[in-house]
Amino acid sequence: MAVVFEKPKSLTSKEFHYCPGCPHGIIHRLVAEAIDNLGIEGKAIGVAPVGCAVMAYDYFTCDMIEAAHGRAPAVATGIKRSLPENIVFTYQGDGDLASIGMAETVHAATRNENITIIFVNNAIYGMTGGQMAPTSLPGQVTQTSPYGRDVKTAGYPIKVAELLSSLDAPYYIERVAVNNVKNVKHAGKAIEKAFRNQMEGKGFSLIEVISACPTNWGLTPQKALQWVDEKMIPYYPLGVYRDKDKEASV
Amino acid sequence: MAEKVLMKGNEAIAESAIRSGCLHYFGYPITPQTEVAAYMAKRMPKIGGVFLQAESEISAINMVYGVAATGKRVMTSSSSPGISLKQEGISYIAGSDLPAVIVNVQRGGPGLGGIQPSQSDYFQATKGGGHGDYHLIVLTPSSVQEMADLTSLAFDLADKYRMPAMLLADGTMGQMMEPVVLPEPKNCTVDKPWALTGTECKREHNIVNSLYLSPEVLERTNIERFERYKEVEKNETRWEEYMMEDAEYCIVAFGIAARVAKNAIKVLREKGIKTGLIRPITVWPFPTEPIRKAADKVKGFISVELSMGQMIEDVKLAEECKKPVSLCSRSGGMIPDVEKIVKSVEEMANGEAK
Repeated sequence: MAVVFEKPKSLTSKEFHYCPGCPHGIIHRLVAEAIDNLGIEGKAIGVAPVGCAVMAYDYFTCDMIEAAHGRAPAVATGIKRSLPENIVFTYQGDGDLASIGMAETVHAATRNENITIIFVNNAIYGMTGGQMAPTSLPGQVTQTSPYGRDVKTAGYPIKVAELLSSLDAPYYIERVAVNNVKNVKHAGKAIEKAFRNQMEGKGFSLIEVISACPTNWGLTPQKALQWVDEKMIPYYPLGVYRDKDKEASV
Repeated sequence: MAEKVLMKGNEAIAESAIRSGCLHYFGYPITPQTEVAAYMAKRMPKIGGVFLQAESEISAINMVYGVAATGKRVMTSSSSPGISLKQEGISYIAGSDLPAVIVNVQRGGPGLGGIQPSQSDYFQATKGGGHGDYHLIVLTPSSVQEMADLTSLAFDLADKYRMPAMLLADGTMGQMMEPVVLPEPKNCTVDKPWALTGTECKREHNIVNSLYLSPEVLERTNIERFERYKEVEKNETRWEEYMMEDAEYCIVAFGIAARVAKNAIKVLREKGIKTGLIRPITVWPFPTEPIRKAADKVKGFISVELSMGQMIEDVKLAEECKKPVSLCSRSGGMIPDVEKIVKSVEEMANGEAK
């Protein structure tokens, strides 16, 4: 009997620790498929964040390093400057990238650092049990915004793709989602392009992946994906925010 | 025979690092060590190296973490407030068993403090600094020559023991100019099978990490690391003894304080007070043994420091309360002068020391 669907080569056989219904598994798979498709498994070096994906170093077969909270873009910068021929990526959540690591993110972007960032935005701190994230929506109830995020005291969510695309330097910034088959397929293509850009020496590529957190949103996996459609995507519109490939051709 | 050149201490660090095979430097401007960054900015592009002015000290040390993980020699430098910011990263580097060199050209603190020389980061450097169970190898230069020599040594020791090493200089050492013979160019000779280089699909993946969710495993990792620290204590403790053969009083001082102390010792000996000096060259590991031995011979110890009294605690631990220990120090960027040191030793000799 022919095998028609396999685990990507770039994923280890270790079982994911993620909660049932968590899209991290899908996003890991998309990253691994991109690495496989581009044949860069032996050259890739991944940087894991602090957050739910902290143990990503156990799931990818390439060389991996675990960064301090928010510092992944700085660590990736060090690795890339040391080994320019290797392919260096970070995998970070919203608290890691858009709160504590904002300086590292903005400055890696403005240097057009030739790295690939996979930014998973699920509007909550997952690992610590559901606190307000820099990307939590106005009115969103979390453990630390129990009456709903009050924009008067807690401010507004940070739109990372829009913010970074205000910089001159970054090469490619796109926001995708993984809440349905169509979006997942497109997300895979965007992630692959973000890696290919690095191989071609083009520079900073960041894919913001709108994800879900059924456990900490207090929703079933199905309802959580629906919430992505109804609440997240209207606030965080999907699309290409920067693509210098296209600008160059205009 | 290598030629002597006149150099500023900070520049001697930078040139020595390059000659030690360090082609990656990450920094952030802060007085009084900015010349290190300026030197690197000028030299690195000419020799195929990397100079990067990071967005913060925090980012700089994390870039160091990244390069160290790839097995290459790497350095960052800063001064006291900036070193505080680096502590998180230093803890991760120590926890991941990576070699790296960190330079602290100390200024007065706490807080923003001042920009004049100090040794008041002694506790921070020798007792951990960041969170968790770890040590750094801490080297304390007392001349521009030692700025160069100990920088070079720091790279070798860091690689040998897979741990971060710190050059703990005071601002005086960074700013003063002296003739120096620069070390011969060399490279790392230690094999680094743990380094992240890309698997080339030929080996299992390497993981650089300091996370151990199992307390049993974390404890075992820490115990193993401390076994290595014991080796460092056994093999790498360095100090200088000056006029200790017949000394009745022993000054303990490092960096600029040790140089002033040597002048004070001449004055004291002219006055008939036989004084000597034990100058720690490593303050971690601390030269406990020579101080313990001296305690059987001398009548007392005087810890001379540019702080409110930090090293004095290690002196007391080393001499095991056998003899009195007094403090002679200035703080906030002030330096104890010969007169002050002479007076402190005389007070002890007269039984007036507090």
